[in-house]
Amino acid sequence: MTKLPAWIDILLIPMINLIIALFISALVVLYIGENPIDAMSLMIKGAIGNSYGWGYTLYYATNFIFTGLAVSIAFHARIFNIGGEGQAMLGGLGVALVCLMVPWPHWIISLPVAVIGGALFGAAWAAIPAYLQAKRGSHIVITTIMFNFIASALLVYLLVNVLKVPGSMAPETARFPEGARLPTGHDMLGWLGIKFSKSPPVNISLLVAILSCFAIWFLIWKTKLGYEIRAFGHSESAAKYAGISPVKIIMVTVLISGALAGLMGINSVMGESERLVLDSVQGAGFIGIAVALMGRSHPFGVFLAAILFGILYQGGAELAMWTSIPRELIVVIQALVILLTGALDNMIRMPIERLYFKMVRAGT
Amino acid sequence: MAAPAIQLKNISKSFGPVQANKNISLSVNVGTIHGIVGENGAGKSTLMSILYGFYKSDSGDIFVGGEKTIIPDSQAAISAGIGMVFQHFKLVENFSVLENVILGAEDGALLKQSLAKARIQLQDLSKEYELDVDPDAIIENMSVGLQQRVEILKALYREANILILDEPTGVLTPSEADHLFRILKNLRDQGKTIILITHKLREIMDATDTVSVMRAGEMTATLETKKTSPEELAELMVGRKVLLNVSKNENKAGDIALEVKNLSITDEKGVLRVKDITFEVREGEILGIAGVAGNGQSELLEALGGFRKAEGSVSIYGHSLNLANPSGQEIRDLSIAHVPEDRQRLGLIMEFTAWENIGFGYQHENEYSNNWGLMNNKKLRSDAAEKMKKFDVRPSDNKLKARSFSGGNQQKLVLAREIERNPDILLIGQPTRGVDIGAIEFIHNEIIKLRDEGKAIVLVSVELDEILSLTDRVSVMFDGNLIGNKLTSETNAMELGLLMGGEAN
Repeated sequence: MTKLPAWIDILLIPMINLIIALFISALVVLYIGENPIDAMSLMIKGAIGNSYGWGYTLYYATNFIFTGLAVSIAFHARIFNIGGEGQAMLGGLGVALVCLMVPWPHWIISLPVAVIGGALFGAAWAAIPAYLQAKRGSHIVITTIMFNFIASALLVYLLVNVLKVPGSMAPETARFPEGARLPTGHDMLGWLGIKFSKSPPVNISLLVAILSCFAIWFLIWKTKLGYEIRAFGHSESAAKYAGISPVKIIMVTVLISGALAGLMGINSVMGESERLVLDSVQGAGFIGIAVALMGRSHPFGVFLAAILFGILYQGGAELAMWTSIPRELIVVIQALVILLTGALDNMIRMPIERLYFKMVRAGT
Repeated sequence: MAAPAIQLKNISKSFGPVQANKNISLSVNVGTIHGIVGENGAGKSTLMSILYGFYKSDSGDIFVGGEKTIIPDSQAAISAGIGMVFQHFKLVENFSVLENVILGAEDGALLKQSLAKARIQLQDLSKEYELDVDPDAIIENMSVGLQQRVEILKALYREANILILDEPTGVLTPSEADHLFRILKNLRDQGKTIILITHKLREIMDATDTVSVMRAGEMTATLETKKTSPEELAELMVGRKVLLNVSKNENKAGDIALEVKNLSITDEKGVLRVKDITFEVREGEILGIAGVAGNGQSELLEALGGFRKAEGSVSIYGHSLNLANPSGQEIRDLSIAHVPEDRQRLGLIMEFTAWENIGFGYQHENEYSNNWGLMNNKKLRSDAAEKMKKFDVRPSDNKLKARSFSGGNQQKLVLAREIERNPDILLIGQPTRGVDIGAIEFIHNEIIKLRDEGKAIVLVSVELDEILSLTDRVSVMFDGNLIGNKLTSETNAMELGLLMGGEAN
């Protein structure tokens, strides 16, 4: 017996990490002069206390599922794609172009095409760093982060000079036609006769995100490509021995990763703003790294971690609105969660492992 | 009688749930060479690491020269007079011998004085123990045997009275090994105490005065070397009777299966590692390629295995391989199986389960994946169960990760995968490196069985005994050249040893 049971590995340890992060945050809240218990309950109530809060929480979570999956699949090939931000921006551009080009009759038709557009643009943006890594050995961490800047500049250029509505002052595209607007949580639950708040932007993209989780799970553990991606991730030399082409695996994996990040566009661009605006990604590409780390690169873990970060995001907004706690504090809490689950994971893991094995030995 | 140089009393140590050392007691007299043998994972290295201060024992006491000593780190071990020569040398490659010797034992901020002092001491030591080394030579220009002498000098410079050597002959040619043992005997005669850890029984018989055997974390016996035999030691190590020599029939060589002509290999750094070699292997024969590690054998196997570029020509039953653009898939399609030298780095994905590993390299085959790219995991699992049973892989649970198996059982996993493909040609590198004696017997028999079925086999090994007992023909690789194509029955260890050292005609 040398392995922890799964429930300790993927549930208990992240929970303890989270509790410690929240505890340290509580100290900071105390220092600011607010009551941490009140702040916490406000945060939780604001995020999941009513359908309005849930609506926003799930909207954010949808973004994080896409970017978290993008980072996860690359992690399986031991590739660190931190270009989710830029790939999501370009994905948004792809979605916007699809939505604006054709007078869509109904979202049932426009959504699948937008999915393809977002994925294609995201993948295309990832293709250049992938090629440079696979063929030239340029480190993908460096190239993807540079591509984030280029993407951002490209978007500014396009929105200011090309895609802007003539005569408008705002650097944004025209609003998408009726047939390219997605049903929101209010609409969808309305079909089922369930009441749901009208204002939050959660929309049908959440279902696409959940489907993506299943698809990625299937890809990683049930297909030959997933088998080769995982083999390559664990040992490049062994993969070569087995006749697996590193160039192919790097290219394919990063393209899938970029496509997933690009899919975020259907949620934020098509589902929420219904037009392409500057900064539609809002850091979700980077949150995806934390989500993938916390979710241990497992699609189900990514789903849970994305919901958690959604709660932190929405709860944080509520805090900023109703208390003197600045919104930045929520960034502190997020940073603490990332620090504890990512960088300091072993700090908690080791003692728990030791304790567990001691108990196992004592038990036998 | 004087107090023993080293005495261990009831040393125990566990890692997590694994108990690596159980109540070990050992006493080594001053001025003797004491051998410690045991299979991989028997706890030899753990015990020596405790002695050298890398690990702290859970319980038990250490006595050095009769005095109870606590060794929390290697500094304490050095001041207690214990020196260690590791299997993998710990030398600074671009420093001179002198600089390496004083490293960490300098007398002050300025080096000049320490260097001068070390130079004189080094001269004395060389004279005293037949340890000739040029003090100004740069390490990376020296042969492995000389580098090892520097390690020994380092320990002696720190006034070690007790010298521990961990698998010291793994990288040496036979003549270098002989020289090492002369040095060790010399040291012993001058009153030093030596602990020699090895898995080679022949070395134990040749060099030691007393020997201890470890099995599964326990010290099973301590014997006088004169009063024991290799067979007895092997039995103590494994816990059952072991055949040390394989029996095999005369071979019946058939058609040429593999033909290599003018093969040259340049590595990533631009160094020519294999120089224009030519050989052939026929059906039903085992060609042995002997040689000290690092003379180009690894590169040769990688090129034949389809994952290293080469120049020249290789043909399999008349079909030429594309050497400029190698493909592991092409190799497998030509019914060539490859058991790589380094099973942990190449042959297995350590984080994969046993059943995932059983299809590794063959994931394209129809039985393991369909045209839609879906893996047939069910088939993999049932295949794994069957093959693991046949090759007696222990534990037999195919859901365990490759990492959780012992070295011998990992090797059996690779062999089960490759041999059960029933290949026409088998490339096999270091088949028994780090493998327990009990499993060696099994592996050797499997290789012979394949040969008797008329398959062509290329066996690369640094173990001369293995080459001599298994192969039909043998060549030696030295510095990228393939020399001395001989019938195994007409050569001997002495002759091959000379070829391995490049000292041949």
